[in-house]
Amino acid sequence: MAYTIVEEKIFCSGHHACPGCNAALAFRYITNTLGQNTIAVVPPSCGAIISGPQPLSSMRIPVYQTTLEASAASAAGIKRALKAQGKDHINVVAIAGDGGTYDIGFQSLSSAAERNEDIIYICLDNEGYMNTGAQKSSSTPYLAYTTSTPGGKPTAKKNVAEIMAAHRIPYMATATTGYLDDLVYKVRKAKDIKGMRFIVILVPCLDGWGVADHEGAKISRLAVQTGVFPLYEVENGIKYALNYGSQGIPVSNYITRQKRYRHLSSEQIDEIQQVVNADWENFKVKFNA
Amino acid sequence: MSQGHTRMLLNGNHAVAHGVKLARPMVVPVYPITPQTPIVEKISEFQLQGVMDADLMTMESEHSAMAACITASLTGVRVFTATASQGLMLMHEMLHYASGAQTPIVMCNVNRTIGSPWGFWPDQTDSLAQRDTGWIQYYCESAQESLDTILQAYWVAEKVLLPAMVMHEAFYVSHALETVDVPDQEIADTYLPPFSPYHRLDPEIGASWGNVVNQDMFYRHRQTLGQSMEKAIEVALEADMLWEKLTGRGYGVIEEHRCTDAEIIIATTGSMAGTAREAVDQLRDSGMPVGLLKVKLFRPFPVELVRRALDEIPRVIVLDRNFAPGTGGFLHQELKAALYGLKNGPVIYGYLTGVGGTNVPPDKIAGLVRESMEEEPVNSSVWKG
Ligand code: SF4
Repeated sequence: MAYTIVEEKIFCSGHHACPGCNAALAFRYITNTLGQNTIAVVPPSCGAIISGPQPLSSMRIPVYQTTLEASAASAAGIKRALKAQGKDHINVVAIAGDGGTYDIGFQSLSSAAERNEDIIYICLDNEGYMNTGAQKSSSTPYLAYTTSTPGGKPTAKKNVAEIMAAHRIPYMATATTGYLDDLVYKVRKAKDIKGMRFIVILVPCLDGWGVADHEGAKISRLAVQTGVFPLYEVENGIKYALNYGSQGIPVSNYITRQKRYRHLSSEQIDEIQQVVNADWENFKVKFNA
Repeated sequence: MSQGHTRMLLNGNHAVAHGVKLARPMVVPVYPITPQTPIVEKISEFQLQGVMDADLMTMESEHSAMAACITASLTGVRVFTATASQGLMLMHEMLHYASGAQTPIVMCNVNRTIGSPWGFWPDQTDSLAQRDTGWIQYYCESAQESLDTILQAYWVAEKVLLPAMVMHEAFYVSHALETVDVPDQEIADTYLPPFSPYHRLDPEIGASWGNVVNQDMFYRHRQTLGQSMEKAIEVALEADMLWEKLTGRGYGVIEEHRCTDAEIIIATTGSMAGTAREAVDQLRDSGMPVGLLKVKLFRPFPVELVRRALDEIPRVIVLDRNFAPGTGGFLHQELKAALYGLKNGPVIYGYLTGVGGTNVPPDKIAGLVRESMEEEPVNSSVWKG
């Protein structure tokens, strides 16, 4: 996709993420695309560390750090107050992790979607509670190792993208740090839509996934190319558009580069391949319809 | 004072809704819970009729309602919410967050039993269990007092930058009808200036809130919170005096009824104060030198005023419609702590009565006073039905 990335310098260097962190990369492109006229809400997460300890901040916009359950409700409160004061032109964005989105924050997220709050909600999905040392979240994929699923997670990843699309919100999209043009295009598009907008961004966690410092972008590209994490958009719960999907690359190329899958047998890798294939076949139907 | 108001027949909850309307909050995130619901319903009605210009947020939980109150307040608008019982319990985390951020939110909590088991009755344990969350706490005994206190609570909260809770009890106050003087909007506007907060979430200001701090900064934040609390007593007295000037109705932060020359004082809070006032008058008629101390402002606890009121009084009987397992009645504990070190302080009888909403008529209170004459006081609270 040919999209020119225009960055306003909102995100600064010198933040506290691990070297090579893809969440920090996502932060940079999200905030720089949204621009100065933005208030961000961040719950406890690696994002909270990246935002910076008081009195420092890695972002040149007001950041409100809320509690883990309340990102969407907190963002909605800000937006309603801005509206009441005639300052509707200010963007309000919540940037939460997968724990704060798929799990503990899901109630307030789902309800904000139901009320069609005029906010942008972004989930930086690194498939686990990485900020507390890599425990399982309901975004952790099937059979992945975490410190609370040392034998591999026995259940599937929750499909938050489809759940959010099912709320029939104006805009839902998936993105990843491997395709920054696509990511920025989606943030830019979300910025210009009114009502609830949701973007889930796959951000490989170098430490939690067990990948090298420079491999984050490559791994996230493989997630797309193997069909594990297709990039697409859904408008109003019905209008689907695929941006980047499976290129038929075997899922083992993705899995064998990550330590969190190193305990898998070849049968288990085959099993994952079959699930990915079946999901992709089912998924394609939505775009042909 | 007879001018500048409309006399209406209202229950306590509708009186609160009228008070809220007069305060002109701009954002009102709510979640319904019995017996608070009529507050939410009345505000929704006002909004539909176009007589109240607030943005009503129908939240999915009290936790989210409080989360939205905090950010809306930090973004620069006056906010209101209401809750009760389990709802307040669910808010607990956010209550701390609200006071930590020094947001002057005003909330009405209708005192109701907390589970398990389920109950819907008047009992103050829900809000008293939040006494250390950094919220100002007022306990009211009538619909009129609740209405007036909502406006006073905004006045105080916005001066000292602390959130404030206004309590009245389930059904006795929340659902009982009374004639209430609803002040005209001009009076409320004269009393309560538009909200202009000191720090806000605004790209033009560029300040953030809530980030991780070091130990020293946290220490200083807690100290500042404490200083705001200390200031709140004086400010609450000022708020009350000003309101009295405008409407003729004042309550003080404590009320002393027939305490001059009293030898026994009944101390209590909330609707029980109304019943105890009856009992005091009855006992006085029978020649007993009894008085009433109503503690209206419970947080910050008006220690000096209470010490002055009870110094040289031989006997105090505390009536608690609440129970903290392991220690007893909340007011009983607070009074013992407040009076510690007084040279001629009273002996204190702590009675748990009305806990869970059991009925406590004036005769019962008079009986308890007489009973106390036969008993030696003990350190712990005693169950009295
Ligand atoms: S733990 Fe993972 S997500 Fe968190 S800062 Fe480090 S690399 Fe980024």
